[in-house]
Amino acid sequence: MTSGSTPAIVVEGLVKRFGDTTALAGVDLVVPEGSVLGLLGPNGAGKTTVVRVLATLLQPDGGRAEVVGLDVVREAAQVRAAIGLTGQYAAVDEYLTGYENLEMVGRLYRLGKRESRSRAAELLERFDLADAASRPAKTYSGGMRRRLDIAASLIARPRVLFLDEPTTGLDPRSRLGMWEFIADLADGGTTILLTTQYLEEADRLADSMVVIDRGRVIARGTGDELKAQVGGQRLELTVGREPDVMVVLDRLRPLAAGEAQVDDQTRRVSIPVSGGTDALAEALRRLEGSGVEVLDVGLRRPDLDDVFLTLTGRGTDEAGEPGAEHAAGREPATTSGGAR
Amino acid sequence: MSALSAVVADSATITRRNLIKVKRVPDLIVFATLSPIMFVLLFRYVFGGAIEVPGDVSYAEFLLPGIFAQTIVLGSTTTGASLAEDLQKGLIDRFRSLPMSRSAVLIGRTVADLGLNAISIFVMALTGLAVGWRINSSVPEAIGGFLVLLVFAYAISWLMAVVGLLVRTPEVVNNASFIVIFPLTFVANTFVPLESFPPVLQTFAEWNPVSAVVQAARDLFGNTVAGAPPPDAWSLQNPVAYTLLWTVGFLAVFVPLAVRLYSRTSTR
Repeated sequence: MTSGSTPAIVVEGLVKRFGDTTALAGVDLVVPEGSVLGLLGPNGAGKTTVVRVLATLLQPDGGRAEVVGLDVVREAAQVRAAIGLTGQYAAVDEYLTGYENLEMVGRLYRLGKRESRSRAAELLERFDLADAASRPAKTYSGGMRRRLDIAASLIARPRVLFLDEPTTGLDPRSRLGMWEFIADLADGGTTILLTTQYLEEADRLADSMVVIDRGRVIARGTGDELKAQVGGQRLELTVGREPDVMVVLDRLRPLAAGEAQVDDQTRRVSIPVSGGTDALAEALRRLEGSGVEVLDVGLRRPDLDDVFLTLTGRGTDEAGEPGAEHAAGREPATTSGGAR
Repeated sequence: MSALSAVVADSATITRRNLIKVKRVPDLIVFATLSPIMFVLLFRYVFGGAIEVPGDVSYAEFLLPGIFAQTIVLGSTTTGASLAEDLQKGLIDRFRSLPMSRSAVLIGRTVADLGLNAISIFVMALTGLAVGWRINSSVPEAIGGFLVLLVFAYAISWLMAVVGLLVRTPEVVNNASFIVIFPLTFVANTFVPLESFPPVLQTFAEWNPVSAVVQAARDLFGNTVAGAPPPDAWSLQNPVAYTLLWTVGFLAVFVPLAVRLYSRTSTR
């Protein structure tokens, strides 16, 4: 954490239950003003619930949360004036044009007619939507809708911005574009709380990260700190024939700093190693003359899956059943989600 | 900005948003007006010959106030379905995260639907005039007739807002509303005189607020005739008062309830 600056978000012992399900079991986090926090976790971990409490959409059952020094329950109305929220699904009105959407949100933020209009035009330009400004949002692609949604949450220049899985469901090109927009915003001094399932995304955008699982914080720190916690790097090899897998495991066993993982379908072996490129060179030397057909080999830094495996003994896939987030943070009526 | 002017400003913004949708999807208004036209023509020409109405009044004159009432009550279900759609699409979440008035989304919705209902009454009145319906009263009375219809429909809109926020799926809201709206509008003096009902249904129909609305509209348009036997029930002897009682009652219960539900609801 950067010292000396006032925190924009303070969360202490936050608890939220939905019936018998405990979505948040005492979450603590602090986000310094002007920084970006990545809130990581698999589906159903409680990321969305944290955001919804902070955005005043849900009332917590225990603990407290402050945004720009205001209590999210007692001073909810003032909190709303200081924040911008972009949910997992682009909340734009399909029948309104991009421009009309932004103008409407500006008016509802009480910016006044002129300011709403000039901000709308400015943001459409900035988010590459100027050409589509007078088309109904119905005609927009997924990436365009997402950009319009973020533009809407920025119209009143919020001090704190919540982005709930801003790139989920976007194609790789739109995802890269979105990363650039978010990085620009962060450079502009906006405090951002970003939820994501991808360590790569948090690593690229966030100053610090908090990993949650089943409503609890299981790790926190910078990307490098987290990876150090997970330990070293991964040596990954893809081999041409199935029997090669056993040979590789056998010959490289002395190098392994932990348990190796094998993906049978792709014939990929992943072995935790320490020693960086030396380990890579050593591995290749050991495979010499073995007849193994190596299709691909490389060193990789640990990703969220590795973090999870190390911290919880489970991969992200097993961490929560699909749709658990629905059961926890949302209503069952919308389980068809995901596709939108 | 004072609290009240904030409510007015936000509601106006939301109303405008809802009306833009009508402009962008003209089919909405086309079908909203075609179905009442169809009803007018069906009842006027298919059943018109078979249904005896009391006094010296044509079936067209008897029928039209009934069709008005049924159509606008059905029109009010739009409120519920539209709110459910906004919930599903995450728009209500967006609105709830904004520093706007907590009642504005609901007021903006019901006011826009009131506008749609006004348009559909206008179309039906024109159709009615073409098939023999006449206003036999004074201009102020006729305006009063349209106002009673619209005010009642506005109150039903708030009931439907509560249904929409509870049910949350537009299709289900529509189906659920039909189950309630059809009996309410058919077990009434809408299409046939009450005298033709079996006794139990007749009592229900006499105190059914829809009957009172229809009766009020007939009285105010001059579509009831002096020769007809006076109604037995107080509700139909004082249809305007009885309708307004229901209207005030509905608003008193469902406005606060809807606002409360809105403030706590959350999708996704």
